[in-house]
Parts: sequence; C-alpha cells; structure tokens
Amino acid sequence: MYSRRLELSVGAFVLLGAICLAFLALEVSGLTTANSQDTYRVSARFDNVAGLTTRARVSAAGVTVGRVVDIRYEPQTGGAMVDMDISTDYSSFSLDTTAAILTAGLLGEKYIGLSIGGDPDNLADGDVIYDTQSAVVLEELIGRFLMNMGSEP
Amino acid sequence: MTEWIQRLGRGTLRRVSELGRATVMLVQAVLGRSQVGVHWRLTLGQIHAVGVLSLSIIVVSGLFIGMVLGLQGYTILADYGSEQALGQMVALSLTRELGPVVTALLFAGRAGSALTAEIGLMKATEQLASLEMIGVDPLRRVVAPRFWAGVISLPILSLIFVSVGCLGGALVGVSWLGVDAGSFWANMQASVDFWHDVANGMIKSVVFAVVVTWIAVYQGYALVPTSEGIARATTKTVVYASLAVLGFDFFLTAVMFGEI
Repeated sequence: MYSRRLELSVGAFVLLGAICLAFLALEVSGLTTANSQDTYRVSARFDNVAGLTTRARVSAAGVTVGRVVDIRYEPQTGGAMVDMDISTDYSSFSLDTTAAILTAGLLGEKYIGLSIGGDPDNLADGDVIYDTQSAVVLEELIGRFLMNMGSEP
Repeated sequence: MTEWIQRLGRGTLRRVSELGRATVMLVQAVLGRSQVGVHWRLTLGQIHAVGVLSLSIIVVSGLFIGMVLGLQGYTILADYGSEQALGQMVALSLTRELGPVVTALLFAGRAGSALTAEIGLMKATEQLASLEMIGVDPLRRVVAPRFWAGVISLPILSLIFVSVGCLGGALVGVSWLGVDAGSFWANMQASVDFWHDVANGMIKSVVFAVVVTWIAVYQGYALVPTSEGIARATTKTVVYASLAVLGFDFFLTAVMFGEI
C-alpha cells in the first residue's frame, strides 16, 4: 500500500497536466473563440491573391469577423476564388459589400478587408463578392515606378 | 575482406536479434494478463518516481528556454519592426518542436537512466531471478509498471514544459522588453491551431515516451549483471534514447508539418 502523500502527489501531477492542457487550448491556441461559433460561407473573386493564405484574417473596419478557409484558381476567368467563413454574429453585410486584400504593416501578413455597401439585402451563405481589389504585388509597383521614371523628360 | 564482411554480418545479426528480444520483452510485459489492482498501484508508485520527481527540472528548464526564446526572438524581430510576432514565434517553436523534444531528452537523462540502473541492479543482485523462483513474472511485476509510468508521465511533463515556456516568453517579452500584452497573446492565438500544433506536439511526445521508456527498461533488463555492465547500460540508455528522439522527431515533423 502506498502512503496518502504519494497518491496525493500523483493526483496533483495529473491535475497539473490537465490544467496545462486547458491553458494551451484556451490561452495559447484560442480554441473556444475559433470553433464554438457558427459561421456562414461567402466567396470572393480576386484577379490576384498573391501572398494570401488559408486561415488568414477577414476583417471589417479592423475587427476580425472570420477566416479564409480555401483558395482556388478559376480556369474560366483566370482569377482566384477565396472562400471565407464569417461568424453569424456579423450577418449584416450588404449585398454590395466590397472585399480588398490588405497587408498588416509593410512586411506583415495578408488579410481580407470587407467594406460595407448600401444595399438593403444582406449577404447569405454561398454568395459571391465580385467587387474586389486584388493584392498589391511589390514587384509590379516597383516596375510601374521605374517606367514612370523613364518616361519623364 | 571476407573477415570484414563476416564482421558486418555478425554485427547486423546481433542488432536484429537484440531488436527482436526487446520487442518480445515489451509485448510480454504489456500484453500479458495482469492483476489490474496490484499493477495499477505499482504504476502509481512509478509515476511518482518518474514523473512527479522530474517536475522541478522540467519547470526550471521550461521557464528558462521560454525566457531565452523571448529574448533572442525579440532582438531579431525588433530589427524588422515586428516585435508583436514574438508570441507567435515563442508558442509555435515550443508546441511543435522544443516542448516534446527537450522534455524527452531531459526525461531520458533524469528518469531513463534511473530506470536502467534500478532494473539493472535488481538483475545484478538476482532479485529478478528470485521473483521468477517464487512464481512472479518480473516482466509484469517490474518492467510493465515502469513502462506505463514513463508513457503516462512524459506527455504530461511535456504539457507542463510548453505552458511554463510560454509564460516565460511572456514574462521576458511583455514585462521586461515592453511588447504589448494584447498583441503578444492575440498573435499567439491567431497563429497556433489546437489540433495542428498542440495535438501534433502531444502525439510526438507520446511516441518519444514509448521509445525512451522502452529503451530504458530494455537496457536495464538485458544488461550484463556486473557493476561495469550497469555503467555501460546506463550510458547506452541516454545515448540511444537521445539519438532515437532526434531521429524520430525529424520523421514526425516531415509527416506532420512537411506539406505546408
């Protein structure tokens, strides 16, 4: 038979492990905020999504409202289709909402910014946004800048 | 030339048969019929010896590794003006790699060597043979509880290591170097995925636990029962277990995170 103290110490050890797992799940990986909410799926068609990745933020007015879940190439139009899961807490985006690919800071991650329009009807599950602004590709910007430099008298 | 090939063959045969003996030992120890009540109590005692008594070294090294990550990461990230990514860097390197690997290496040194020496001394003083004489299977009585204790303890120690490390990184990053607490934790939560990062790290830790404890109990069970044999087996445990952990880590990382 083992002493009470030994059993207590093993119990406390296992309990400490469970607490650490909860800490990692809630504080470090933010599990509850990501999974417990219901979402609806909206797509957006971009000419160019350079640098955007799945799990990137979708924000409106700087507030995170959803995540990018899938990025596909569309052979018919030569563009990219981006699927986003948006929390049902934010269900009042008008039908003429526009989407833009923005960058956090100069070298930061790419995210999608939604700007609300004036249409009385709201976006629903499965809708597609066509009014979009593509990612800024640094090389194209530099190329255009050099062209302008050259054409000046 | 013939002699060289013969020596190569002898070495290969010895290693393969050793691997076979180790597998047979593990299967017999783990799968045989056991008296659940008695062996559960034995396992409890071993969890205390292997897990609870390793807590101090795990907590202290976790704290310092987290603090060093915070300090080093900050000086590099500050060059690019992206100190807010510090939380992400600390948490991802701890959950994916450093947590499982460093815990397993420390565990091999702290608990694995002790397991080998203990079982080895039992063998050298013929306690294992006496157990067999009175009709008690030493595999089930001595080896199995130690094996299960290692497999249960190491993942728990790894969880504690990662948590303490993240707090250590936060201590240095937020309290000393002045990274904004909100963006530190928010960046961490945005980039760490529970299933992809934390759960995969725990799978790694379970694999390391099986490998390290298996090597430790086998080296103790199969050693030459002299004082020199015990010394050599203890060294072998630490060396083999460390190499196996690092090798398995590469393959597991390639399978889990390689496709990004």
